[in-house]
Amino acid sequence: MSKYLVDKFLFTIDRDPDLVERYRADPRATVAWWEAEQANRILNCHEGEHSTWLAFTDAERAALAAHDYVALFELGAHNFLLLTLFIALFERDYAEPLAFQREFAARLSHWSLPYPDIST
Amino acid sequence: MATIAAIIASTHHPFYLRASTASGEDRPPFADEWVAKIEAFRETLTRARPDVLVMVGSDHFHQLWLDNMPQFLVGKAPVYDANYYNEEREFGLPRMRLDGDEDLSAHLLRGGIDAGFDLAFSNELRVDHSITCPIITLRPEADLPIVPVYTNIFAPPMPQPTRFVELGRAIRALVESWPSDKRVAIIGTGHLSLELGGPRQFGPHGPDPEFDRKAVAWIASSDLDAALAEVSLDSLWQPGNATHGFMDFMLMMGVAGKNVKADYADSLDLFHTMEAYFTWYPEGAS
Repeated sequence: MSKYLVDKFLFTIDRDPDLVERYRADPRATVAWWEAEQANRILNCHEGEHSTWLAFTDAERAALAAHDYVALFELGAHNFLLLTLFIALFERDYAEPLAFQREFAARLSHWSLPYPDIST
Repeated sequence: MATIAAIIASTHHPFYLRASTASGEDRPPFADEWVAKIEAFRETLTRARPDVLVMVGSDHFHQLWLDNMPQFLVGKAPVYDANYYNEEREFGLPRMRLDGDEDLSAHLLRGGIDAGFDLAFSNELRVDHSITCPIITLRPEADLPIVPVYTNIFAPPMPQPTRFVELGRAIRALVESWPSDKRVAIIGTGHLSLELGGPRQFGPHGPDPEFDRKAVAWIASSDLDAALAEVSLDSLWQPGNATHGFMDFMLMMGVAGKNVKADYADSLDLFHTMEAYFTWYPEGAS
């Protein structure tokens, strides 16, 4: 399990307008590129000083590649990062204000407390 | 010594700017009532004639990240740029720029550390909507220097609720001991019950109206005994998965003082979350 890395993916995509569009248009390729090139970048360090050990599990990789926010919630992705990025990806496809946010809630309606642990 | 001109605790709602400036069909039905309540609340700060604002809020994974996450952090910089691309995208918030008061920052850091709070600091901090929302609602001129104080209400493991209260008490004592003739308002924003990225989000009311009713009563009377008896890091998941922001209200109750009744209290039941606004005027503030 690498919840931290899933959160790092959501965080680094969400803050970059080009990456938001790239992830929307081609999620599978974006996740593969990101895991190969970006996953081990330490965000506040020189490029040469990177980590060596970070990788997604198969379930995490598949959920990210499928834009499957229900699975990501169930894997313990941070709820704020998940909501913010997915609003950026899909709100535009809905005519009514907040319609995407309400659909997001409805698709999680089988969940009651406790929710999956978001601790990293 | 400095004077505490006002103590203000509020929710911060990133949709306020867009709702309050929308017109025609885009203007939500609740906008006029919301604007009226905000303008009345703003007057409670204006009449306190502050010179400096201590702003308690929380970074929403903007500059602070899980590879290096402080629990409590004080900004110490001459200038704070503000707001981020994803806040512009989602909420329509503008880029802003606020002056800092480095002397008060240094005083809070030195005194806070010496009082047992190992405060992190930042000499280059881009603040987010937890700071700019209350600027927009309470001081839209954005003309006063600030000292940002960030708390971790977002990424477990978080400090205990009692620690927020204790930090609030310490901030008050430190501002009161600041060798300055300035008038300082201490403003903190948090949340009542709130769900983000979960099944209870964006409903017709906040996810737990009963918690909200109790929380508003606790804050209005600064009833720290009742709040601390019911609130824990575990219990705060129950009203909504983003309700740990209530700990910033508890910090502000620590600033206001135990059982000190707010001089001004108001609330507004909106879709998704309840808004709540409180102001205290400490003795000698006028």
